Amino acid sequence: MSHDQIVNVTTGLSALFLSVGALLIVILYIGAGLSSSRHSRLKAWPWYRYISFTLGIVCAAISVIGPIAAQAMSNFTMHMVSHLLLGMLAPVLLVISAPVTLLLRSLPVRHAKVVTSLLRSYPARIINHPIITSLLNIGGLWILYTTSLYSWMHTNLMVHILVHVHIFAAGYIFSASLIYIDPVPHRLSYIYRSIVLIGALAAHGILSKYIYGHPPAGVGVQEAQTGGKLMYYGGDFIDLIIIVLLCYHWYKNTHPNEALA
Amino acid sequence: MAEINSSSISQNEKKLGYSFRNTSAGILFGIGVAAFMDESIFHQLLHWHHFYDKSTTNAGLVSDGFFHAFSWFSTVAALFLVADLRRRNAFWPIKWWGAVLIGAGGFQLYDGTIQHKLMQIHQIRYVEDLLPYDLVWNGSAVLMIMAGSIILYKTQRRKSISGGRKS
Repeated sequence: MSHDQIVNVTTGLSALFLSVGALLIVILYIGAGLSSSRHSRLKAWPWYRYISFTLGIVCAAISVIGPIAAQAMSNFTMHMVSHLLLGMLAPVLLVISAPVTLLLRSLPVRHAKVVTSLLRSYPARIINHPIITSLLNIGGLWILYTTSLYSWMHTNLMVHILVHVHIFAAGYIFSASLIYIDPVPHRLSYIYRSIVLIGALAAHGILSKYIYGHPPAGVGVQEAQTGGKLMYYGGDFIDLIIIVLLCYHWYKNTHPNEALA
Repeated sequence: MAEINSSSISQNEKKLGYSFRNTSAGILFGIGVAAFMDESIFHQLLHWHHFYDKSTTNAGLVSDGFFHAFSWFSTVAALFLVADLRRRNAFWPIKWWGAVLIGAGGFQLYDGTIQHKLMQIHQIRYVEDLLPYDLVWNGSAVLMIMAGSIILYKTQRRKSISGGRKS
């Protein structure tokens, strides 16, 4: 597999398949939202979730197909743009859109019960623990940018795909383990999640500065500096969404009940 | 008249009950604001600070990373704490301001001594004579801590809450 073949994946026929797939997922989500809203015992699915889901899928799609994805193969700054979109912004937007809740609403009760028992299972508990998800997410990035994996990713198609799937999936479970919008059977306290979030944020910031000072193999000094700064400030901005949501949930939950006092 | 008095007494009791939350909200906000001003004024506007300095130690990189993350988080958390205190009618502005000064001064002193000097993250400005900059930086930090401590000391007792109520 060569570098050019991977560039072709981002613009050629497989890009067409991926964009059709993305479109189908959005249609499926909107359809499920609208049809579940028709039930008299259920509340209408909130409008902002449709927007959030669509934007999330668009962010994920433009980071793996199209011009940004093609340029990301040779330009580290563009690589960082696609990394922020695929690994951070898309996951946060998708978590806000509550896809698991929509799935549970849309399935027949018998099947929904299977899903909830899966959510309660031990493996699900492990995979939704913020320390585990932080290690998978930020730890994965450390491995990507400090080993030869980064240059390997640009010459081997399988590695290229696996890295992108990992970045997206790890970003999603990371966001979902910190902000509880979908049902979470094993809930952790706000303070616990806040401390883990600060640790993950710090590790992300440290890696950004490390990249600035130590460019990954094959990346020029100037590019590494622009990319490192973009990762640092872009990461701060997207993490701000997670911080605000976490604090807002705390604020809503600790509402003083004056009527009972 | 008596009614007004008793309601203001119960409000004062409430503020005392949330004394710790007022203080911690202030300290967190102070740290956040100091870090934010450091970032926006000295990094972005003046370009005095450098994003990354070749002499930075690894410990410095880690310390800077954690402080940056913590202050970013605490700015937001502090504002939500203030919102919570306000909806409980327990917000105590003077105490909060005192704590803001301590938080901001504490961050600036840590930044100016341990992070700039010990861990060599970066200097205040890349000039020949750095001493005046260091003195102003750390001196103002000490002043803020002192002013904040005085305010916190003065607001220990209930009579300080609203205009010196007797007994």
